[in-house]
Amino acid sequence: MTEIKRTPLNDAHRALGAKMVEFAGWDMPVQYSGTLPEHLAVRTASGLFDVSHMGEIEIRGAQALNLVQLISSNDASKLSDNQIHYSALMTPQGTFVDDMLVHRFNSEYFFLCVNASNVDKDFAWIASNAKGLDVEVKNTSDKYFQIALQGPNSLEILQPLVDIDLSSIKYYWFKEGNFNGIPVLLTRTGYTGEDGFEIYGLPDEAVNVWNKVLDQGRPHGMIPAGLAARNTLRLEAKMMLYGHDIDDTTTVLEADLAWIVKLAKGDFLGRDVLVKQKENGLQRKIVGFEVLDRAPVRDGYPVFVDGQQVGQVTSGSPAPFLKKNIGLAYLPIDKTSIGTEFSVQVRGRDIAARVIETPFYKRKK
Amino acid sequence: MAEYPDNLLYTKDHEWLRIEGTVATIGITYFAQAELGDIVYVELPKAGEKLAQSDSFGSVESVKAVSEIFMPISGTIEKVNDALNDAPDHVNNDPYGEGWMITVQIENPSEMDALMSAAEYEDFLSENRN
Repeated sequence: MTEIKRTPLNDAHRALGAKMVEFAGWDMPVQYSGTLPEHLAVRTASGLFDVSHMGEIEIRGAQALNLVQLISSNDASKLSDNQIHYSALMTPQGTFVDDMLVHRFNSEYFFLCVNASNVDKDFAWIASNAKGLDVEVKNTSDKYFQIALQGPNSLEILQPLVDIDLSSIKYYWFKEGNFNGIPVLLTRTGYTGEDGFEIYGLPDEAVNVWNKVLDQGRPHGMIPAGLAARNTLRLEAKMMLYGHDIDDTTTVLEADLAWIVKLAKGDFLGRDVLVKQKENGLQRKIVGFEVLDRAPVRDGYPVFVDGQQVGQVTSGSPAPFLKKNIGLAYLPIDKTSIGTEFSVQVRGRDIAARVIETPFYKRKK
Repeated sequence: MAEYPDNLLYTKDHEWLRIEGTVATIGITYFAQAELGDIVYVELPKAGEKLAQSDSFGSVESVKAVSEIFMPISGTIEKVNDALNDAPDHVNNDPYGEGWMITVQIENPSEMDALMSAAEYEDFLSENRN
């Protein structure tokens, strides 16, 4: 048995009365005041999340860009210094080892943020692909805390606490700065569909940063938010969850992420599979759907088209802000157009669902 | 309102019963609704259905989880609280009042022997909350 891991904020969560659960080997807050109020706070004011469980892998060296280009489906040569993009960490089969955010400090230094559940696997995979290249790959997951401040008033709350002009950081860019004198990395990213910032820093400073942001944010309606709200927020924004919506059996194209597949950039792992799939057409694709019933559908519920089971719900939940029941599922390609109806089995009962436009929720700019 | 009124009986699955003659009104306890959080959907059986003790009679869902609910005793469903269709949050706000779920015509009164009093239920909760 490996011991359950604790982020530097574990005591802080308990002091706030959080309900704790094990997630990906970590003891994490699933909710504080409730999933519903936490979700709504992020849509209307803001919420503060401890996401220190997320993994960090750093690639440095003269051929750092070459390695990133090999393992990733997106084109890192198009990133400017201090820019970030979403990408797939690729298998040779065109599927996902993981999904990740690629941060470019410069052409010889990339910083990857990956899923907690995958960090060891990701690191081993990247290191094995680095053989013969002039690079150094390090798993630095224990070297950082990561706190996500998410919601429309995030900038207003964070600005007085940092020494850089946050409005100068565009969406999916980052800067290094100081938080109350503490060196931090500030990225304008998140997993909620809202504007916001993620703060990385040394673990010893985590409690200090967490408490200062909470104190600053409370009067603005900000509350601490847990993993349950993080999940419903990301689902409304149709952001993928590894192990549910994507994994090493789903290709990046089937996951409807063609926008992170840059076939023209040159070779990368799985490229030939994706080229063929693009030429021959997909057999199936992920869709977003709404349930035409009051009953929510959940991950794993069977999905039927014309009486045949074609798969299962990969993510399903009530959508607290949209006030309807939504989900994601892979459907045969001829059933993926908007308006197509199919059914989901809920405790033995077939209920109707309809393919709708995604993302389900899109913030106003 | 007491968290666990003295005039009710309780199960280890966190349902409560109010016995009036041969009819039992059934819902879930303060503890159960608090564990679930904000309830967004309640699925209940139809009147007339006959169910045995420990059978699932429906489910209660919060944003993040589904929880099945079980018959504390055998019997035939008499009434179903249809108000929960539009206001499932009654279960959070008033678990022993407006949040009631079903009434049952009791089939075998001796099954009630296995149920707990309020004091016993509170002991059960504290033993299992560590």
